[in-house]
Amino acid sequence: MTPTKQPIPKTAWWNNARNRALLFQALLICAVVGFFAYIANNTMHNLEQRGIATGFSFLKQKAGFGIIQTLIPYTEANTYGRTFVVGLLNTILVSVLGIICATILGFIVGVARLSSNWLVSKMAAVYIETFRNLPLLLQIFFWYFAVLRTLPSPKQSLHIGERFFLNIRGAYLPRPIFEDGFGWVTATLVFVALCILFLKLWANKRQEETGQQFPVLLTSLGLLVSLPTIAYFAAGAPLQWELPALKGFNFQGGITVIPELAALLIALTVYTASLIAEIVRSGILSVSHGQTEAASALGLRPGKTLRLVIIPQAMRVIIPQMTSQYLNLVKNSSLATAIGYPDLVSVFAGTTLNQAGQAIEIIAMTMAVYLTISLTISYFMNWYNARSMMKER
Amino acid sequence: MKKLSFIVVAVFLMISASLAAASTLEEVQKRGELQCGVSTGLPGFSATDEKGNWKGLDVDGCKAIAAAVLGDAGKVKYIPLNAKERFTALQSGEIDVLVRGTTWTLTRDTSLGLNFAGVNYYDGQGFMVSKKLGVKSAKELDGAAICIQAGTTSELNLADYFTQNKMKYEPVVFDSHDQTIKGFEAGRCDVLTSDQSQLYGLRTHLPNPADAVLLPEIISKEPLGPVVRQGDDGWFNIVRWSFFAMVNAEDLGVTSKNIDTLKKTDNPNIRRLLGLEGIKGKSLGLADDWAYQIIKQVGNYSETFERNVGMDSPLKIKRGLNALWSKGGIQYAPPMR
Amino acid sequence: MIVHIPHPDLPPPSTSTGIIGWLRSNLFSSPANSLLTLFALYLLYHFIPPILNWTLLDANWVGSTKDACTNDGACWVFIKVRFHQFMFGFYPSSEYWRAILAFILIGLLILYLLIDRTPKKSWVAAFTVLIFPIIAFFLFYGGFGLPVVETYKWGGLMLTLILSTIGMFFALPFGIILALARRSSMPIPRALSILFIELWRGVPLITVLFMSSVMLPLFMPEELRIDKLLRALIGISLFQSAYMAEVVRSGLQALPKGQSEAADALGLGYWQAIFLIILPQALKTVIPGIVNTFIELFKDTTLVLIIGLFDLLAIIQAAFTDPKWLGFSVEGYVFAGLLYWIFCFSMSQYSQHLERKLHTGHTN
Repeated sequence: MTPTKQPIPKTAWWNNARNRALLFQALLICAVVGFFAYIANNTMHNLEQRGIATGFSFLKQKAGFGIIQTLIPYTEANTYGRTFVVGLLNTILVSVLGIICATILGFIVGVARLSSNWLVSKMAAVYIETFRNLPLLLQIFFWYFAVLRTLPSPKQSLHIGERFFLNIRGAYLPRPIFEDGFGWVTATLVFVALCILFLKLWANKRQEETGQQFPVLLTSLGLLVSLPTIAYFAAGAPLQWELPALKGFNFQGGITVIPELAALLIALTVYTASLIAEIVRSGILSVSHGQTEAASALGLRPGKTLRLVIIPQAMRVIIPQMTSQYLNLVKNSSLATAIGYPDLVSVFAGTTLNQAGQAIEIIAMTMAVYLTISLTISYFMNWYNARSMMKER
Repeated sequence: MKKLSFIVVAVFLMISASLAAASTLEEVQKRGELQCGVSTGLPGFSATDEKGNWKGLDVDGCKAIAAAVLGDAGKVKYIPLNAKERFTALQSGEIDVLVRGTTWTLTRDTSLGLNFAGVNYYDGQGFMVSKKLGVKSAKELDGAAICIQAGTTSELNLADYFTQNKMKYEPVVFDSHDQTIKGFEAGRCDVLTSDQSQLYGLRTHLPNPADAVLLPEIISKEPLGPVVRQGDDGWFNIVRWSFFAMVNAEDLGVTSKNIDTLKKTDNPNIRRLLGLEGIKGKSLGLADDWAYQIIKQVGNYSETFERNVGMDSPLKIKRGLNALWSKGGIQYAPPMR
Repeated sequence: MIVHIPHPDLPPPSTSTGIIGWLRSNLFSSPANSLLTLFALYLLYHFIPPILNWTLLDANWVGSTKDACTNDGACWVFIKVRFHQFMFGFYPSSEYWRAILAFILIGLLILYLLIDRTPKKSWVAAFTVLIFPIIAFFLFYGGFGLPVVETYKWGGLMLTLILSTIGMFFALPFGIILALARRSSMPIPRALSILFIELWRGVPLITVLFMSSVMLPLFMPEELRIDKLLRALIGISLFQSAYMAEVVRSGLQALPKGQSEAADALGLGYWQAIFLIILPQALKTVIPGIVNTFIELFKDTTLVLIIGLFDLLAIIQAAFTDPKWLGFSVEGYVFAGLLYWIFCFSMSQYSQHLERKLHTGHTN
């Protein structure tokens, strides 16, 4: 039998997979562009029809309203542009504080959940199940309207000595005032930090070469406490404290933690910690039991096993999930607007939007900020994640 | 990322134009219902009673427009709005008219694309403090914490006043009237500032209203009135004249009670008001008896004032500036002819 | 022959069995643990009795006015008086049966779908997805002889459930499309899908809601007025579909490549392979993830109060301002918390149960 040469059947061009893909993508682009053009068209028409101003020139206009908490100098005479920065900084403040507190609390609860102590483990479980199953906004309201509202008035403040005061208007703490010569103390601190870094590098190297360990932690602590203290007194104790004091209606001076910040921070911390605790728990459980046994066989004590064997491996599981929790925390901080903490959404997308009336520009700017923060954090965490990945050989 | 945010902004700001729109009047008539933006709850101006019915001076403003346009004061859909969302709701067309104690200012009249159709209440910003503080004047408020509603002219006036008098203050902002009064009650702030009329209303929300006093200073002019979108003059006229009809009715002594007997009067002014002669409703695009319906169903200005905020109400506000021009006030409506 | 009869085992020492044994191994295994236990007991002693007293023992349950409250403990009368409002918002009371009927129906349908091995599952599923939403719409909104109830009267728990289920209902198919696009070999759908997903996942829901409530009307032609509730739903659905897409994508990624290769080998086209081979398997593995996203959405619906919709939390918050009932915010928050908690907790237990059921083998 002779093999007959079969002609390749000629297919229509639209049945060719590549052509189809091209056609489909071209249609998709047309649809998307058309959709946005339609929206843009409507928007421009509507804006024009209703005489709403456009453009970003409003950022240079005078704001004319006060903000209760500002990290940079701000007065009513500043511009809308400045309110944007003030709001942004307040968002960053509460996010950073929230991330730190939630991580610490989350780790404690997560480890407690795995404790061999039945009672402690159950209490951690109750904590986790309670707070992660309640809406965050409800928790914020609860802390703000139900708990912090029961604090006494300024005249009946709770206080520790004449330094710390707590009342319905907030917590008042002494503010450090750095005088001339404090630079020396700062310089010493930097110097000590560098020393510790080199010490650590040297100790690692020595351990790899000879197996001998060096008590880095103790030495560092000693250095960290002793040298700056000496420098501090040598420079003539250049640090004063500005104490809060009741003048007129309110406490003046010192650092004020407004209740809006406190409520938001507590709620964000408690809520996020309950989620982080579960992540920590699952991370630790993901480390195979053989690792613990091998560590015991090598004669490591339980504390060292946890620190040197379990945690580093657990981190690989923990970090990616932790990233998304951090991102959520930053985004959740926008709930501030519900209780009037002057964050970006509250000050800029709230008050400024209402005074200036340019919804599109303002919402776009606000969204762009959150996008930037989100993408930056996830970029950073991806970088860290890649670094702590298993070194496969 | 840069790319992303660029695209986002670009998408929002893409440009071009076209399309034409139906007039608000036609829309309302087609819908058979007026969509009226009111406050989320301000006693005397717009608030719901136990049965969920809307009551108040501003609510009566909405009812008057519905009576004029649809012949039935009940055909109103009330849309409660807080200060922050009110203008966008109007701009976006969610509501036909905003009657929510909104202050007439240059910015709002121009760059927000709004038109103020009149002034249904002449107000001014004041301060409310707890009696216990023993404060007699706003000049003593240096360093006070002040509760205020976000996104209002009060917020701006307050800043101006304190800057002028070289005093410091701590602004505690809230989203709604309710939250400000609760904050004041809990002691989060020493002072509550808002338009005086609102302070009277909010005071009734305190467990013990007598514990709070209003300070004598009035720090601003606050002409409050109904607002419409720019670009629809016909609708603007309807809203404006619905209000003027009520003031004219008071001026002419026409009330909801005597209006039917007055139909037989030969006073040309009253006859024109009731649509019995003269220009009638045609120029507004309304039925001839539009003003009759307003007064019959809602009442004249004096009736709605006294019923909602005046002596017949818990607020007990005196007419003051809101008395007719002929009685020492500044309420004055152009003649209907 | 000597038969060696072993002496029967002695019982373990009494200190390692029974209650004492349990206590020793679980609470007092080491000095540090004992201290911890004592500290925990102290905390419990400090907090539990007052909480119990306040919520139950000293609480007021009967009455219909504020006078019934003695202020020793919680005054649940407040909740009782406003219970209907908290459940249905301003929905007219004569029409409550419609909402209740709709929720019972959807509850039964979902239950039917979740129970293993019920007959004709695909038909019921099709009914739930295609026909039921229409029925539900008419039940809630009215029409066909039922009086119309405008959406601004909807509120309370009813609104919370509506927002979350409808949000989910739209997010799932849209999320699947996005996930498929993100894994597509065509560059443009992939880029658009990545852009869409990262955009929505990068911004807070509040700004999305602001956008949908403030800006959406500007985007639309003037004649088109979109209802406030609908606008919120559009925002929620867009936002949620981005998260759903990532959940579905994780399921697609977990599927061995052999599956799609096998489908190719059988001569199935792209859509056939997706619908008959890939999706059924991928979706099954991500059901727990979907349930978890739903829980998140359920909690997130509280945010609509910021744009002025009266969901459960908002309506409870609004009730605090009633001059006749001042000072019962803790009761209100506890009640709201309890409801949210029951929903979320039971759903999360269900998702964990599923996870265990689907997780066959390979654990450490």
